[in-house]
Amino acid sequence: MSQSKKDETIKLIPGGITGPKTTIVNKTGSWRTFIPIFNKEKCNKCGICGIFCPEDCITEDEEGHRHPDYDFCKGCGICAEECPKDAIEMILDSKEG
Amino acid sequence: MIKSNILKENPKMKILEGSMAVAQTVKTCKPNIVSAYPITPQTHIVEDIAQMVADGEMQADYIKVDSEFSALSALIGACATGARTYSSTTSQGLALMFEVLFNASGMRMPIVMTVVNRALSAPLNIWNDQHDSIAVRDAGWIQLYAEDNQEACDLLPIAYKVAEDKEILLPTMCCMDGFVLTHTFEPVVIPEESLVDEFLPSFRPDYVLDPENPVTIGAYGGPEIYTEFRYQQHNAMINAEEKIERAMNEFGEMFGREYNLVDGYRLDDADIVLISMGSLLGTMKDAVDDMREDGVKVGILKITSYRPFPKEKIYEKIRGIETGIVFEKDVSIGMGAGLLNDLKSSLYGKKQTPSLYGFALGLGGRDVTIDNIKDAVNKLKTSKLDDFGFINLREEVL
Ligand code: SF4
Ligand code: SF4
Repeated sequence: MSQSKKDETIKLIPGGITGPKTTIVNKTGSWRTFIPIFNKEKCNKCGICGIFCPEDCITEDEEGHRHPDYDFCKGCGICAEECPKDAIEMILDSKEG
Repeated sequence: MIKSNILKENPKMKILEGSMAVAQTVKTCKPNIVSAYPITPQTHIVEDIAQMVADGEMQADYIKVDSEFSALSALIGACATGARTYSSTTSQGLALMFEVLFNASGMRMPIVMTVVNRALSAPLNIWNDQHDSIAVRDAGWIQLYAEDNQEACDLLPIAYKVAEDKEILLPTMCCMDGFVLTHTFEPVVIPEESLVDEFLPSFRPDYVLDPENPVTIGAYGGPEIYTEFRYQQHNAMINAEEKIERAMNEFGEMFGREYNLVDGYRLDDADIVLISMGSLLGTMKDAVDDMREDGVKVGILKITSYRPFPKEKIYEKIRGIETGIVFEKDVSIGMGAGLLNDLKSSLYGKKQTPSLYGFALGLGGRDVTIDNIKDAVNKLKTSKLDDFGFINLREEVL
């Protein structure tokens, strides 16, 4: 839940009991300082980045390339650290963009 | 006093060690899951429960864990699935639970735990005082203090009833003084199981962890919702006051033993009120009886419920009395002591309130005698004192 936009007013059940998948509502992408940029040319489609991503936010396209979901990627850099092909570069994120 | 039929039919009074009596009472409350880590002087309680479970006398699962942190964490998980849960700990064990205490309350898990009161390290000390539970008074747990072993037992079904009330849902500590109560043999009546069944409905929470109907309990709550969590807990604690009173009254009618949030003893015409919690009250009552014979108009205010703190009831009892002396087995290092500070804050701005003095005594298991109590009263009558101090200090070692 971002502080700026509240999409629906929910009643707070004592103890904060909510439906499942609350992590889908909490868009952790705004926490990011560094953003991973994936380089298709270098990637060998091994999928190691996705296995290590603590947010499990890296998906695979039809060609087997990996893409982070920037709504949830918190910029930890683990994917870049683990990628055997150095195909992921962490660059300073721009809040404007 | 209302006497129930059951009391007329010869109650089964037994001479039992405090810990054994508590363990047997826990059994009558039928928790589904017990998890605890043994630590002196709580050990006998959990040993006795483990024995009853192993012997098939008690239908509960006993989860053995590596620490108090794990014990309470396991109970949060169990409670979230709809299980009635029990634990017991003391001192360092309670300190190790610190983080989990707040989780249990924030997630509104009605866990009931006997806190055997013991001094905190350092210096290492296994003996009784109440610094441990007073130090976690802000964790959002209801805290009830037992004067004797009968009360330590009877507070348990009362605690479950209030904790599990859907308007409350707060975990509860039933505090009893280590050794002084836990290791002392006293006559007690274990609450009859059939009556406890009647008094305590089974635990049926509205939301439970269930793979068929998934819910999230204990999720992240950012600045937009955190304040509302605390607000709800705060209100539940305040509302618990009336619920505890009601549960105590109902308990009195069914079991014939009366309890109150606060109680007066020889207070009606008193000029001096002595205030305390727990087993110290017994010694204080003897001291008061002696002093009354000498013509000193002194009485006692017993606090059973420390959280919620029954401000108005306390004020009603001590309004118009000149002097109050708080005897405490804890120190808020550098700033008085828990009960003294809370009393002062709750009476601030009210009229006809007593001047309050606090004394720390009985720390780390030091004996408190009737003379200690009388000396404190005399000291106050003869000399000007600070609002807080230590009595029975060994000046020669300082
Ligand atoms: S930076 Fe971290 S969160 Fe983002 S995609 Fe890589 S591993 Fe996942
Ligand atoms: S770890 Fe590197 S090489 Fe492997 S799929 Fe991910 S980006 Fe491509």
